[in-house]
Amino acid sequence: MIDIGKKDPDKTHYKDIWVFVEQTNGEPQQVSFELLTKARELAEKLNCKIAAVSIGKSVEHIAEEAFKYGADKFYIIEDEVFSDYRTEPFRDALSRILIKYKPEIFLIGATTQGRDLSGTVATELKTGLTADTTQQEIDSETGNLMMTRPTFGGSLMATIICPDDRPQMSTVRPGVFKAIPKETPQKGEVIRETIDIKEEDIVKKILKKVVSNEGNINLSFYDVIVAGGKGMGSKENFKMLENLADLLGGTWAGSRKAVELGYVPQSRQVGQTGQTVHPKLYIACGISGAIQHLVGMQSSDIIISVNKDENAPIFDVSTYCIVEDALKFIPKLIDELKQNKKINTQ
Amino acid sequence: MHALIFIKQVPDASQVRVNYETGTLIREGVPAILNPFEAHAVEEAVRLREKIGGKVSVLTMGPPQATDALKECLSMGADNAYLLSDRVFAGSDTLATSYALYEGARKIIELEGDVDLFFAGKQAIDGDTAQTGPGIATRFDIPLVTYLIKLDEVNIGKKYAIATRLTEFGQETVKTPLPAFFTVEETLNELSYAPLPWLIKAAQTEIKRLSSENVALDKNQCGLKHSPTKVKKAFTPEKRQRGETLKGTCNDLAKQTSEILLPFVK
Repeated sequence: MIDIGKKDPDKTHYKDIWVFVEQTNGEPQQVSFELLTKARELAEKLNCKIAAVSIGKSVEHIAEEAFKYGADKFYIIEDEVFSDYRTEPFRDALSRILIKYKPEIFLIGATTQGRDLSGTVATELKTGLTADTTQQEIDSETGNLMMTRPTFGGSLMATIICPDDRPQMSTVRPGVFKAIPKETPQKGEVIRETIDIKEEDIVKKILKKVVSNEGNINLSFYDVIVAGGKGMGSKENFKMLENLADLLGGTWAGSRKAVELGYVPQSRQVGQTGQTVHPKLYIACGISGAIQHLVGMQSSDIIISVNKDENAPIFDVSTYCIVEDALKFIPKLIDELKQNKKINTQ
Repeated sequence: MHALIFIKQVPDASQVRVNYETGTLIREGVPAILNPFEAHAVEEAVRLREKIGGKVSVLTMGPPQATDALKECLSMGADNAYLLSDRVFAGSDTLATSYALYEGARKIIELEGDVDLFFAGKQAIDGDTAQTGPGIATRFDIPLVTYLIKLDEVNIGKKYAIATRLTEFGQETVKTPLPAFFTVEETLNELSYAPLPWLIKAAQTEIKRLSSENVALDKNQCGLKHSPTKVKKAFTPEKRQRGETLKGTCNDLAKQTSEILLPFVK
């Protein structure tokens, strides 16, 4: 490990809000701009500045977007060793810059990368980290960040504070906050930091990358999820859900039952032992809604459920309830959507 | 080969109910289970031991009841089980927990020998933070491989492993020196049934106890008082209400739904 410096223990020396701008091959993650947007609201209360920080082989081009969403400053660390994300060099680089500049609040997207990185950085900085927050406010009395997050699969909400240690760190899942550009963006300052990490100092090597999600899919990246359960009747019938998902720019998934019946691979399972999702739209087809399933999807914005049984528990959490056989209904719905699409594009 | 798995006993989140009158969780009668992700970590380590030899140790921090989860690991084939239990840990957040487990693991290394592979679940189903594993790896300053879906190769003699993990856009295969820390996905393997002799052996294996009495601990890093994060308040989210039931024939329903979906059509 490289020398990351010594952390200043006096919390009064910490100021400003920092946001980690995550990127892959130079392409920034939308969640970073969502966090910058939220940071503007928090910075107004704290009367402080906002800084974005990014690490990669080449990240300077992201500056304009970072300023557009609210950053006053953009700190960059560019080096060949950061071409691909690897925990240890990113951890060390980020820890060092945070120790050097002492932000009061540090926000990271709760992506696969963000979750990997945040836990290690918080441990280096010996500070508190609150994962997957869905609400952030400033306590007007103390100025502390109040971070609210779901726990026990969403059955309970907890508001967490980190009163004595700095920075106050938090991760936020993609899509929780909206990314809104500033009305009058101002050009900020790009500050280049250097760090002496050589490839030969990094013990972990990436041998192969497979950029295909088939088989192992991260459902939380989709705004629309079309899921099926036992009521879909067969693996072949899931093709219609896939078609529907395509029309809506989303992806398809299944309940545990559907996985057990071999209709859906486990990698697409929603629920307690699968993935927890909160897309903008969740369409449940032929899913009865066992609690194990509900805990994985009930915080979706809009839930549309199709089930033959009007008493199916899935309806208790649904925005729109459709009491009908999914196998009859979905093909009709697809036809309707295709027709509408034709009309709109003519 | 020596594998050490950090496990957690968790309430079965699917069976936790909310009392909306009082705004509290009803935890009575809710079974405590082995965090499902960690069951797969134990499975992987045991399979590895069957293949290349060695031993598998498990460690948990928790109240005395957590022995049940340790026993489950033993019946799955683990060789040693350690319970780290002490009042000084009460109310620990993830930073304090990773500290306690780090010290517990160091004690196990002292007793059982060096560890080649550390494992934990990718997260626990009660807290869902995914922080403790990365925290322990950082304290040991060893490579971290999160979201493990395949352990392609383990070479103890040459001290390296090749592992495949999930990323944002698919998967990547990494080569890491050992010791290393892996947090695992459920898709890593399918749980198998333990053969009878393992079950018998498990029943006879004693759970070893660790506490501030036999583990060197800096009490200034333990428990609620020394946890940087505090719970300010807990409340129940608003219960979702059953929404509108669409009416009409199947055709009508499809029409109405297509209108609702209009903003989403690409």
